[in-house]
Amino acid sequence: MTFLVAEEMTGGYGNGPDILHACTIAVDRGEIAVIVGPNGAGKSTAMKAVFGMLPLRSGRVLLDGRDITTLSPQERVHAGMGFVPQVANVFVSMTVEENLEMGAYIRDDDFSGTMEQVFALFPILRQKRRQPAGELSGGQRQQVAVGRALMTKPTLLMLDEPTAGVSPIVMDELFDKILEVAATGIAILMVEQNARQALNIADHGYVLVQGRNRYTDTGEALLADPEVRRTFLGG
Amino acid sequence: MENLLNAFVLLSNFVLVPAIAYGSQLALGALGVTLIYAVLRFSNFAHGDLMALGTTAVILATWGLQAAGIGLGVLPTALLALPVGILAAAVLVLLTDRWVYRFYRRQRSDPVIFVIASVGVMFIYNALTRFVIGTDERRFEDGARFVIRAGDFREMTGLAEGLAIRTSQVITVVVMLVSVAFVFWFLQKTRTGKAMRAYSDNEDLALLSGINPDRVVLITWIIAAALATIAGTLYGLDKSFRPFTYFQLLLPIFAAAIVGGVGQPLGAIVGGFIIAFSEVMVTYAYKGFLGYLLPEAWQPEGLVQMLGTDYKFAVSFIILVVVLLVRPTGIFRGRVI
Repeated sequence: MTFLVAEEMTGGYGNGPDILHACTIAVDRGEIAVIVGPNGAGKSTAMKAVFGMLPLRSGRVLLDGRDITTLSPQERVHAGMGFVPQVANVFVSMTVEENLEMGAYIRDDDFSGTMEQVFALFPILRQKRRQPAGELSGGQRQQVAVGRALMTKPTLLMLDEPTAGVSPIVMDELFDKILEVAATGIAILMVEQNARQALNIADHGYVLVQGRNRYTDTGEALLADPEVRRTFLGG
Repeated sequence: MENLLNAFVLLSNFVLVPAIAYGSQLALGALGVTLIYAVLRFSNFAHGDLMALGTTAVILATWGLQAAGIGLGVLPTALLALPVGILAAAVLVLLTDRWVYRFYRRQRSDPVIFVIASVGVMFIYNALTRFVIGTDERRFEDGARFVIRAGDFREMTGLAEGLAIRTSQVITVVVMLVSVAFVFWFLQKTRTGKAMRAYSDNEDLALLSGINPDRVVLITWIIAAALATIAGTLYGLDKSFRPFTYFQLLLPIFAAAIVGGVGQPLGAIVGGFIIAFSEVMVTYAYKGFLGYLLPEAWQPEGLVQMLGTDYKFAVSFIILVVVLLVRPTGIFRGRVI
């Protein structure tokens, strides 16, 4: 039984037309699944649907076998989902440490151990712990954002274009960190523009086109598929 | 030398001391306005009348205590009545939020709709105050009136000018410092205070982090009600209580919040003092002051008053307009209204 299964998701915003059409996404603990596809393919929408930010007309979302389709995003955080939005994903006026504390807001137990883990994963954040997150560079801010989401000790971490707007070197670093996070047994679902690099580290790849699953395979197989290469990866 | 001292004492007596007290009152008012703006994202026009209503409750409780013969000796009885007023104001704003603002929050209405709703609330508070306590001027200060009398000061120092410091002025500054210290400690150190700042910074991310918006809104209203009641009571002790003056205080309070940077608590404090000092300094007649400093031949003939006291509100208004034109974010880079 796969840890997260989002089955046959169909839905759109408000009363608008459907954006997702029977879209299916799954990921297991310790694995990385990447959603790629052209602009407007519904990648971010699919992730929002998994997180409950988009009402589904049909289909369901199962987390660890439990049907969470009707839960609100907040309730899904309690259920073990962590979400890192693409933009505005840190509290800019608050220090790095306070950002992490706010990440742990729903926890009543002692979270200093988790904070240590986050600092161990992102050592630069320990140095900058007293600095407002708004003063950090783009890459460091992304680390704060991921760190904040990790503070709830999620079982599933969702990242919406974590490398948007950062340099290639920082992108590689971030991907390394994401691999490290996955190695701790967390399931990772990620939307990425940098499809080739993302598929490189992915266990599963989902190529969406117009809200439908077009190709689904391991990251390696998708990278090797000549058709996928030609149409989506630029040769 | 003695002339210099006399000039300084004169300035302290009529400018520094009153402006510090008035600035403290404005700072507390502006802090409430700025907190509401930071968390609820609208300019609360009902804040002045909330101050009046909170003070009304304090006055009623003070009268009750006085009738029962309970007092604080040299300190005004109103300090003892303050918790009653805060409680009454808190209940009032929470009911208002439940009946008025919550509806618009659920609709995710534009800030301007909240502002107009708050104007409506302002009129209701205004009427409520007049129903309860009337429109007349009320004095509720008791205890010792002065810490230092002008006459005693003259005797003590042998100077020609006297410096009077009233109990209400000292209490104003002390209570302001305690309240502001508490609010800053709360915002910086407590979990709930940090949640308030997080919610103000990034509402969506705060929701994702599991911060309960209803609780944040509740705490914000309670703090704002407490600050408004304290500011109103201190103003009433220092000057006098008239519902209409409290409505007029809205302008300097908003000017203070905007000068400091809307949504920035520290800015509200700084802004309060800037407005108070500007108002008092521009409307003060410097004839006597210059008389001590200038040689005989240069003595001014007029009052050397830049603006009549009747126009004191123009000062806040001009500062407000200039700040909005030149630096709309205010000193501490707040939000642009």
